[in-house]
Amino acid sequence: MVAYILKRILYMLITFFVIVSLSFFAMKLLPGSPYRNAAKLGPELVAQLNHQYGFDKPIPVQYINYLNKVLHGDLGVSFQYEGRTVNSILASKVPVSADLGIEATIIGVLIGIILGAIAALRRGTWLDYGVMVIAVLGISVPSFILAQLMQYYFGVQLRWLPVAKWDGIESHIMPVIALAVGSVAVIARYMRNEMIGVLGSDYIDMARAKGLSRPAVVIKHAMRNSLVPIATIVIPSLMTVITGSLVIENIFAIPGIGDQFVSSIVTNDYPVIMGTTILFSIFFLVGIFLTDLAYGVIDPRIRVAGGDS
Amino acid sequence: MLENILEIKDLRVSFETYAGEVQAVRGVNLELKKGEALAIVGESGSGKSVTSKSIMRLIPSPPGKFKSGEILFEGNDLLKLSEKSMQKMRGSEISMIFQDPMTSLNPTMTVGKQIMEGLKKHQNMNKHDAAQRAVELLELVGIPNPEDRIKQYPHQFSGGMRQRVVIAIALACNPKVLIADEPTTALDVTIQAQILDLMKDLQKKTNTSIILITHDLGVVANMAQRVAVMYGGKIVETGNVDEIFYSPKHPYTWGLLSSMPKLDSKSDELMAIPGTPPDLSNPPKGCPFAARCPHAMKVCTEHMPEYTELSETQKTACWLLDERAPKVEPPETIGVGGAQK
Ligand SMILES: Nc1ncnc2c1ncn2[C@@H]1O[C@H](COP(=O)(O)OP(=O)(O)OP(=O)(O)O)[C@@H](O)[C@H]1O
Ligand code: SF4
Ligand SMILES: [Mg+2]
Repeated sequence: MVAYILKRILYMLITFFVIVSLSFFAMKLLPGSPYRNAAKLGPELVAQLNHQYGFDKPIPVQYINYLNKVLHGDLGVSFQYEGRTVNSILASKVPVSADLGIEATIIGVLIGIILGAIAALRRGTWLDYGVMVIAVLGISVPSFILAQLMQYYFGVQLRWLPVAKWDGIESHIMPVIALAVGSVAVIARYMRNEMIGVLGSDYIDMARAKGLSRPAVVIKHAMRNSLVPIATIVIPSLMTVITGSLVIENIFAIPGIGDQFVSSIVTNDYPVIMGTTILFSIFFLVGIFLTDLAYGVIDPRIRVAGGDS
Repeated sequence: MLENILEIKDLRVSFETYAGEVQAVRGVNLELKKGEALAIVGESGSGKSVTSKSIMRLIPSPPGKFKSGEILFEGNDLLKLSEKSMQKMRGSEISMIFQDPMTSLNPTMTVGKQIMEGLKKHQNMNKHDAAQRAVELLELVGIPNPEDRIKQYPHQFSGGMRQRVVIAIALACNPKVLIADEPTTALDVTIQAQILDLMKDLQKKTNTSIILITHDLGVVANMAQRVAVMYGGKIVETGNVDEIFYSPKHPYTWGLLSSMPKLDSKSDELMAIPGTPPDLSNPPKGCPFAARCPHAMKVCTEHMPEYTELSETQKTACWLLDERAPKVEPPETIGVGGAQK
């Protein structure tokens, strides 16, 4: 088990290195100038700035310098916000995005599990079909379309909810729903299939044959076993939520990382773009790693594998 | 004569499927006497499991449906009980052992907890007493180090040991009837013998009535006092073990006995019954065995034969027993030595 974990960590580091390298070179290939008014600055000033940021050095040297800085946790200085480090910009945006992401994931996972379980228990009834319709819609309708529809009807037309921004619980409702719907759909479908399989298994018959009540059979035997694989898609679904938040934050003008990322792309603020990419990839890599571990924690067959069995 | 603890009268069970109504059980009559072991034998798909799950009311519905009949347990019709009253029966009065011990235990719950569940439910035991009883039960079914074993998960047990655990769960609340649906089919031959010995031993100790479902006539000879032969959703012949092995009257029983491997003969003499069982979504009007029966007559395909009582215990549904039918001798392959007793 320890060897397995070490191996996973090593792969994680290699992947991280590849991601940082690829994004560095991709950034170098992108057209456009990083300076706000490059045309007005004149060639001398641009040359001076290039020198200041080290862009006059050969690319391999820039690359080594960059890697070195990243390893020391220094993501550089923004081009657009004078004097601000990328680290401080990201740090100011992370809490809002984390809020949004965690709320959307918790709601998405909980509702997904409940809907999936209900669909499985009422298999073949209109409840089941209803849940499946929601699931198909949730997967096929992109979150930004749902976000804009809600924004238009509930924000602009009916004026039930604030159109944008991130203050007060009302302002959370639409962005969280827009982001959560995808997870609800994926998890509900997963949970339904899993639970139907579990409900048809011999140990459920066996549990019923002991005389347990229906709720006891469902909760103690069926739910737990159906949740084993669900636990392993919670983190991937959090990752989907984060990807989705790039656009959703922009639509609702939520001051998070996604919002920042989009405006940095528009202004060619390379250091911030790179920094965000790195932050996201760390997050994703750790997420995948934890998902692998989650299997082991929840399922005793894996937990003791290589142990005392 | 012994009292019936369980009586099944004209049980009919169907499943609604896309292909239409599958009539899995078509008018089964059976009695189980106190303390006896009754075997139900028959090929795959003949309705053995559906019959036994019906007794426990574990038929999934939908698609399953009871079309008619009664299942009397100590005189009360189980099919009329509320789900709640039925839950009180399951595990305490009637228990069940399933075929595959690899899948019949919950993989994420310790073996001890799985044994204790029934005890807590039916005998109102607290955790401590239930745990103690679980240890005793594991000991009873021959599992070494029961104190440690109750804390383990099913995957830490071998197939044979798991089946012992399943037996412990089934016997936990001293049920009056135990239904064992092919309890050894999934196990290695040597383990099979051990599990059968254990069941025989426990039956002697507890005097539980057993319904034993099996493909294996060797198991029948070993364990049961009476046999019901099932085919196409019907019981075609019943009798005590001697009658079924030494003077079977139904051609299907002859077929089963001929296909049984014998210790004293070479395996190439083993004869499977040619053909396949009837399609139960479109069951034959007459005798279900007619399409495969070497002695089938015109009347067989038209009308279902009535039961002929050959003795107080043996009943057979076959037109050959009608006085107008030609006399047919059973094939020699069933060999009276067929039963290794
Ligand atoms: N849930 C179900 N839905 C539809 N048909 C079913 C269902 N359960 C059983 N059947 C049908 O009922 C018939 C009898 O099945 P059953 O399981 O009782 O056979 P069996 O005698 O136990 O066979 P085996 O020896 O293979 O266990 C089969 O034709 C089967 O297809
Ligand atoms: S009734 Fe006819 S078809 Fe059926 S077993 Fe007897 S002889 Fe064969
Ligand atoms: Mg069966």
